Amino acid sequence: MIRVFSLKDKKLVNDIVLKIKEANVKLKFMHVCGTHQDTLVKHGLDSLLKKCGIEIGQGPGCPVCVTTPKEIEEMLVLARSGKIVTSFGDMMNVPGERFSLRSIKEDGHDVRMVYGIEDAVKIAEENPGEDVVFMAVGFETTAPTTGSVLYSNPPNNFSILCCHRTIPQALKAIIEMGEVKFDGLIEPGHVSTIIGTKPYEYLSKNYKIPQVVAGFEPIDILMGCWMLVEQIKNNKALVQNEYKRVVHPDGNIKAKEILKDVFEPCDIKWRGFPVIKDSGLKLKNKFQDFDARKKFEYILADVQNKKFSEPEGCRCGELLRGLLTPFDCPLFGQACTPETPVGPCMVSVEGSCNIEYRYKEK
Amino acid sequence: MCLAIPGKIVEIDTKNQHATIDYGDGTKRKANVSLVDVKKGDFVLVHAGFAIEVLDKKEAMKTLDLFREMLSLGEE
Repeated sequence: MIRVFSLKDKKLVNDIVLKIKEANVKLKFMHVCGTHQDTLVKHGLDSLLKKCGIEIGQGPGCPVCVTTPKEIEEMLVLARSGKIVTSFGDMMNVPGERFSLRSIKEDGHDVRMVYGIEDAVKIAEENPGEDVVFMAVGFETTAPTTGSVLYSNPPNNFSILCCHRTIPQALKAIIEMGEVKFDGLIEPGHVSTIIGTKPYEYLSKNYKIPQVVAGFEPIDILMGCWMLVEQIKNNKALVQNEYKRVVHPDGNIKAKEILKDVFEPCDIKWRGFPVIKDSGLKLKNKFQDFDARKKFEYILADVQNKKFSEPEGCRCGELLRGLLTPFDCPLFGQACTPETPVGPCMVSVEGSCNIEYRYKEK
Repeated sequence: MCLAIPGKIVEIDTKNQHATIDYGDGTKRKANVSLVDVKKGDFVLVHAGFAIEVLDKKEAMKTLDLFREMLSLGEE
């Protein structure tokens, strides 16, 4: 880590914790980011905050976890039809209805793990006679990287299976569903790097939810919690930015322009949720030559009409909706471990089950 | 997935819109810089092979002081 951006001050940490304790609150906060969850569990902040009266849990903030079995099945079908399919490593082990990308790779299909979309384009350039499909998952942090590559004229044997989703619409859905009650939201720092702080404002305005965009150091999260406590104490519901060293109110304008030019919003299902209005990104018509769903419509036709169910006994859906913690699931650490995952929250390093297992259970 | 790592730009190839990033731990890797306006010496946040934002060194250096100030204001 470049030192200037690594914030450490033990005394200040103690001061923040003391302030939160002195506020004498009983509150529930939600965040939507695997990296926040990692910091919380790795440094024991979740237990520390609990002692200060704050319960903090992860909502649908893991792009890999919210990708549906149907989308995984689309990739499996493309691989079985002889395409070279490429994916982020995190996605490889996520179970679809029965199989994962890794399991069909072991069966001999051409599935390749990539670090980013540019690696997938390189594979397409090196294999001009083959179709190469990239599974484009991720929130607003990742979607501009897809957009940027489509701008740069990739070869015509390259296409993407677009699975991008957007955070503010999911937050609105989770509030409107009303299943889970929380007093404040910690917003994801790196999604906010792209979209800025403004898209969250309507949540504070319409639903009176206090929000803080926070960074990923322990001190960032503690400060974010204290800022929420202060808002609540003062009966305010605002969007505050704790992560000013990275996040600007308008976000990354260049990246936002790319998002606007390449994608349009679409209704999409999130794992564990019903279809959420306008929470997905689909490619605009001018980029349809790179849209695997259009290019290989005939191959994917059967998948489109099929109904998919979740793995038996898996409670990832309730976990992603913020209703459960990993310890509430009877499979956790027993039938479901990172070596033998049943659901996506145990597979992804950003899934809350995987994080709990890595730091506490093992 | 949304993990992003800070690094320093040590070389830019403007034609290909790629830069060499030094992550401060001995690792240097190329990243695409088409989503940001950068120059040599800038610090960037890199996600999935792309620089997604330029880091504000001044803002970073005053962050802890700002936190201290906010805590003491909240006391009043």
